[in-house]
Amino acid sequence: MSARYLLRRLLQVVPAVSGIVLLAFVVVHTAPGDPAVALGGEHGDEAYYAFIRAKFGLDRPLPEQLLTYVTSVIRGDLGQSFVHGRPVAHVVAERLPATLLLMGSALALSSVIGILLGIFAARRADRPADLAVRTAALLGHAMPSFWLAQLAAITLALGTGLFPVQGITDPRQAWTGWRYALDVLHHLALPALVLAAGELALTTRLTRTGVLEALGTDYARTARAKGLSERAVVRHALRNALLPVVTVIGGRFGMLCTGAVLVETVFAWPGLGQLMLSSILTRDIPVLLGLFVLVSVAVIAANFLTDLAYAWLDPRVRYE
Amino acid sequence: MPGWTLAFVTSDTRWVGGAVGFGLTLVLVMVAVFAGAIAPVDPFASVAPPLSSPSRAHALGTDDLGRDLLAGIVYGARTSLLVVLSVTLLASGIGVTLGAVAGYRGGSTDDVLMRLTELVQVVPRFFLAVLIIALFGPGLDRLVLVLGLTSWPAIARVVRAETLSLARREFVEAAQALGAPAARVLARHVLPNALPAAVVVVSVNAGTVILMEAGLGFIGLGDPHAISWGYLANNAQRFLRVAWWLALFPGAAIALAVLGLNLLGDGLNDLLAPRARRLTES
Repeated sequence: MSARYLLRRLLQVVPAVSGIVLLAFVVVHTAPGDPAVALGGEHGDEAYYAFIRAKFGLDRPLPEQLLTYVTSVIRGDLGQSFVHGRPVAHVVAERLPATLLLMGSALALSSVIGILLGIFAARRADRPADLAVRTAALLGHAMPSFWLAQLAAITLALGTGLFPVQGITDPRQAWTGWRYALDVLHHLALPALVLAAGELALTTRLTRTGVLEALGTDYARTARAKGLSERAVVRHALRNALLPVVTVIGGRFGMLCTGAVLVETVFAWPGLGQLMLSSILTRDIPVLLGLFVLVSVAVIAANFLTDLAYAWLDPRVRYE
Repeated sequence: MPGWTLAFVTSDTRWVGGAVGFGLTLVLVMVAVFAGAIAPVDPFASVAPPLSSPSRAHALGTDDLGRDLLAGIVYGARTSLLVVLSVTLLASGIGVTLGAVAGYRGGSTDDVLMRLTELVQVVPRFFLAVLIIALFGPGLDRLVLVLGLTSWPAIARVVRAETLSLARREFVEAAQALGAPAARVLARHVLPNALPAAVVVVSVNAGTVILMEAGLGFIGLGDPHAISWGYLANNAQRFLRVAWWLALFPGAAIALAVLGLNLLGDGLNDLLAPRARRLTES
């Protein structure tokens, strides 16, 4: 990958992040009511609001406020949560690991299972097994994640008792070491599978299309003519077929975050989704603002990394 | 057009999906339009003992306040369709206009508009909607505005790409040579040919909008004055242990509506834009 491509792509990140920060700023300033109340909560007295105004520079001209906000965000300062009485960045950082664990597991599951299913379907194109996989993928793509989560909670958790319904650990046990890890894994299983299901559909579909396309190319025909087994031909085709799958990870990152929030809500998974839900109830605007900026920046970063991965995997992209 | 009919009949079994999608979407529209006639009772009225399971009197059971779930789902279809239609109109208006202008003008206009499209494309719609509703209070109008103003980039990109290739064709050049103004060339000659590709993106996007609206309702940010599928699913969350029907049916309605729009998109894709068959897969 050329340094020029890297630099040019990196330069696109700057306006994107600036746009998000500007949007967040504009949204807060066009909202009805006093921003001091929105930022500081509804139950303060005049002195408190004066303090909030001075602290956040709300008594300054707008351009100066924007500059302050931008520099704060760059320094990682997302403001102060009035419910938690601590910086938003700290509150968010506490909840981040649980959400990352959930999203990471779901992404790993959906990628591995989706690629395997996609290859399986492509090798049986237009036969019953292929139709079954495609139908399942269509259904999986249409189901709201929270519905699948509720159904899983009712049947697999409440119905069979095999899985816990809520939380990340069993509050009645104080496990440590590997038993703690097993407990977390046990609690993680259902939310991760449910979250993976939505992504799985798309990965399967893209892999299937990619493999089918690659199997029709000249190099696949050459491989067959050499007398290679169909299995080996598929392995040849896979490298090109999987390129579009990489873009799913970047292109759908925002949807994955949305899904994670909803699935967390059903399973009371103590991550960012739960934080968001409680912040909505308590109208903790700084936290919601911080979550929006964080997810936006994460989406931009995911897109950036995906493009880099794509350029690394596919030399043709670099010369575009 | 005979070409379309031919494609419809001969393209092996793919039309089945499109037909199912069309049927499901039609049902959604009919239920939404005739909600008053279809719903057995007022969705907000308490008509039976709380949490009664599905029975002959209340086919889908009742919730914790004794409200008929079937009535809720029927009226929820109306809310969903209202949101999805308004969002789609707004997003298509912006997307088609910007895409056509960018593709037809080219040069620096194209550059600026495409940079703008890239900026809007990375905005996480759901999280922006959460922030807006938390700041401005719940309501269908702001929900439509947020989702509409952020859902157009995919449409703009497709229309731009189509316009770019159409603008160099002979019939467009002929119209230009005859002295037709740009607006007329776009409206009469370019856009009608660019729309089939846009329709595909629009219908798939509509499915995503239904999911977003439902998701927002599910975390309690729906309009309290309009019953919605997301609200019903949210209400079910507290009774997973005792009232499975409250969770099963609203979610099934959402899934069927989204499935219908996605299948319709795929069907239209095969029918109208065979060259661009990968549009829906990104």
